[in-house]
Amino acid sequence: MMHFLLLFSRQGKLRLQKWFLPLPERERKKIVKDMTTMVLARKPRTCNFLHWKDLKIVYKRYASLYFCCALENQDNELMALETLHRYVELLDKYFGNVCELDIIFNFEKAYFILDELLMGGEIQETSKLSIVKSIEASDMLQETEQKRRSEHPSSSEIIQNTTCF
Amino acid sequence: MPAPIRLRELIRTIRTARTQAEEREMIQKECAAIRSSFREEDNTYRCRNVAKLLYMHMLGYPAHFGQLECLKLIASQKFTDKRIGYLGAMLLLDERQDVHLLMTNCIKNDLNHSTQYVQGLSLCTLGCMGSSEMCRDLAGEVEKLLKTSNSYLRKKAALCAVHVIRKVPELMEMFLPATKNLLSEKNHGVLHTSVVLLTEMCERSPDMLSHFRKLVPQLVRILKNLIMSGYSPEHDVSGISDPFLQVRILRLLRILGKGDDDSSEAMNDILAQVATNTETSKNVGNAILYETVLTIMDIKSESGLRVLAINILGRFLLNNDKNIRYVALTSLLKTVQTDHNAVQRHRSTIVDCLKDLDVSIKRRAMELSFALVNGNNIRGMMKELLYFLDSCDPDFKADCASGIFLAAEKYAPSKRWHIDTVMRVLTTAGSYVRDDSVPNLIQLITNSVEMHAYTVQRLYKALLDDISQQPLVQVASWCIGEYGDLLVSGQCEEEEPIQVSEDEVLDVLEGLLVSNLSTPVTRAYSLTAIMKLSTRFSSVNRIKKVVSIYGSSIDVELQQRAVEYNALFKKYDHMRPALLERMPIMEKTATNGPTDIAQTNGETDSTILDTKHLPSITQPASQANDLLDLLGGNDVVPVIQTTVPTKPASAGGELLDLLGDLSLTGIPPMTAYNKNGLKIEFTFERSNPSPNIAVITIHATNSTEADMTEFVFQAAVPKTFQLQLLSPSSNVVPALNQGSVTQVIRVLNPQKQQLRMRIKLTYTHKGSPVQDLAEVNNFPPQSWQ
Repeated sequence: MMHFLLLFSRQGKLRLQKWFLPLPERERKKIVKDMTTMVLARKPRTCNFLHWKDLKIVYKRYASLYFCCALENQDNELMALETLHRYVELLDKYFGNVCELDIIFNFEKAYFILDELLMGGEIQETSKLSIVKSIEASDMLQETEQKRRSEHPSSSEIIQNTTCF
Repeated sequence: MPAPIRLRELIRTIRTARTQAEEREMIQKECAAIRSSFREEDNTYRCRNVAKLLYMHMLGYPAHFGQLECLKLIASQKFTDKRIGYLGAMLLLDERQDVHLLMTNCIKNDLNHSTQYVQGLSLCTLGCMGSSEMCRDLAGEVEKLLKTSNSYLRKKAALCAVHVIRKVPELMEMFLPATKNLLSEKNHGVLHTSVVLLTEMCERSPDMLSHFRKLVPQLVRILKNLIMSGYSPEHDVSGISDPFLQVRILRLLRILGKGDDDSSEAMNDILAQVATNTETSKNVGNAILYETVLTIMDIKSESGLRVLAINILGRFLLNNDKNIRYVALTSLLKTVQTDHNAVQRHRSTIVDCLKDLDVSIKRRAMELSFALVNGNNIRGMMKELLYFLDSCDPDFKADCASGIFLAAEKYAPSKRWHIDTVMRVLTTAGSYVRDDSVPNLIQLITNSVEMHAYTVQRLYKALLDDISQQPLVQVASWCIGEYGDLLVSGQCEEEEPIQVSEDEVLDVLEGLLVSNLSTPVTRAYSLTAIMKLSTRFSSVNRIKKVVSIYGSSIDVELQQRAVEYNALFKKYDHMRPALLERMPIMEKTATNGPTDIAQTNGETDSTILDTKHLPSITQPASQANDLLDLLGGNDVVPVIQTTVPTKPASAGGELLDLLGDLSLTGIPPMTAYNKNGLKIEFTFERSNPSPNIAVITIHATNSTEADMTEFVFQAAVPKTFQLQLLSPSSNVVPALNQGSVTQVIRVLNPQKQQLRMRIKLTYTHKGSPVQDLAEVNNFPPQSWQ
């Protein structure tokens, strides 16, 4: 299983963190720091795999973002690269030509998409189409709910401020 | 109170901050606003505030005051609230937090919600970070959802079940009925997660494993359909149909086929098909091949298939893609023990990888190269490895040097070659060798008697060049102290003897004492060396002077030595020659067995065995002949049973004992004999400096109600082995497993043949004598390879 998945920029700023194991906050911060230092120090044409403690670290750079995940010994690293790629494709499909800014300003959407792809460190859906449909349906559910509320506002709600957060 | 600012607005504002301090100020202001908003129990904007809090949390700021708010959001009826609430829970509320358990009820309700996306949210949260208590409470709900016909929920429930099993393994049984028709699903998401669930169950429970073996044909069929089916746009990745599912099935097949002949045979064809038909132009194809190779190597595949697998790895090694090369080296490292010859065929490619630019690949190649070194290729391999040592990163040098020393010790074709190799390592990577290599090298040099002159000359020349590498300097000064007379008299046979005078030698040693580059340990070595030369050189006065100077050194160690040596000159001068004479041949640690075994370097060296300094190991009158008669058989060799345990004879041996590495190699213990209540277990240790010797400890236990007295354990091995039995801990095996008798066996296996043993047990039980013979053939391969 995957232990964690991190997205960070070339300056080391964290853009997304998904943990599949319970770890104290202090340890998470340390791991993030270790990962960013190790991965950013890698020369451009080296392989995408690292060894860290007893885990295999797989990372790939897409434009200005590094996607980095940690696997156990029996997991397939080459397949992990495919998983990271699949996530990028999904983000691309959703945002249309995704860039780092999309992920910064819509981080919660990036999490929602990730939660449709992975759960408990394992892949839950192998069909891109299926995931895209689920996300669209969830978004639709959110929108119709908000529309219903704006059509019938309760006394304490102000219309324009309930449309989104 | 004005409406709190929107999330995107906040993000935009924070990003305009030019300094860390400015950012912190903005964040603190916003946090204060959010806190007061929380205090007012504002339902409308809670979602917005928590979202902002999560953003600030990602930047590294504390967000714990939002934990309860997440719970309130989860409990809300609005989907928007729930979405953010569950996200917040997953980020802020792991099982270490006190309020974590409060989620349980909400999750329970949401698992039964009418909207599948809400059910999905709660399944996801539970499946990512549910604690063991939560899993226990909600396992029933998850099990229910595992049987639903809604594939969206079914796949999530399967992974949630995986998490439950990981947290609370006892609950595994509960999910067994629901797995019955999981593999008949058409939906790939459900199929994939089901395979993950089955894998998890099989990995954790041998019973489940045997239960699920019957699924092998079905899995093979699914895999076949994936490969043979035409293009499916929904699951296609670069021309391959659902590679994620293929890889997971291969992995499950690996677990099911391991150690089982029938299952392995059932999957032989499909593995061959995948191995030959998969498109390898893209990473995804190679990922599948990689998994296939791992599976072939782990199950009981036929030899043709295994060769195919190793050849695939060989092709990987030549691939342009670094990742593929890295993965190939890692896999070869795993298989080098079991399929040694097949991997040897790719040795030259592996050695080329030492020159790769990528650090990870170099490390793997180095480890693999060391695993491939044997008596035949030692000269060629060592050339490459020494070249590698010269040019590699400092991080590697220590490991590489240690590896070279070990390989040289095991396979050196001649003494001269061994010493030359050691010298080369010391001069090129001298500062990186491990501390324990110095005594090991000193011992090696001492024991190579005919090379003393050559060694000391080469070390002396190395010292003239460079005194910065401490291990080299230490070994050199020790040698000069011991063999300085050979150096000065120019006795070297192996190469042109150099002309050096006593004064020149003393100059060098004194230079070490005063140099800033020398560590205190090095200084101690050189002082002692100078002292030893007082019995080998004629310029005793000079030495006396040096020694007396250091009698007032600030370094306490040096001071003590100097004072004692001074005393030696003044009051005990008659003892000096005896005390400082040539060191005897040092034996290695007692557990390595007699020194002649340690000397097998492909050369018989009778001079060493003749030296009277050899400590004697008691060779008692063996009852060997009796054993031969009783056991019959022509291929057994009598056992040498010592009646007293061997002790290391010299202090040098004990020193090496402390520094030597006697680590457990992780060889699994085995039951050698189990009959009539007497059970004998073997546990293994590999004595490190001499890996041809396996140290086995037998543990005899007695489960009957009466003691077994006068218990004697005897063993015999085939001719190519040598065996030594040390004395047992006692000769009474207490009843009802209340204790055990232990005894140590040492087996020398220079030809690395499969270990076999015949054992004879005699004891008295309930008044009558019992005798039994048995063959022990189930030694794990690691104990004799």
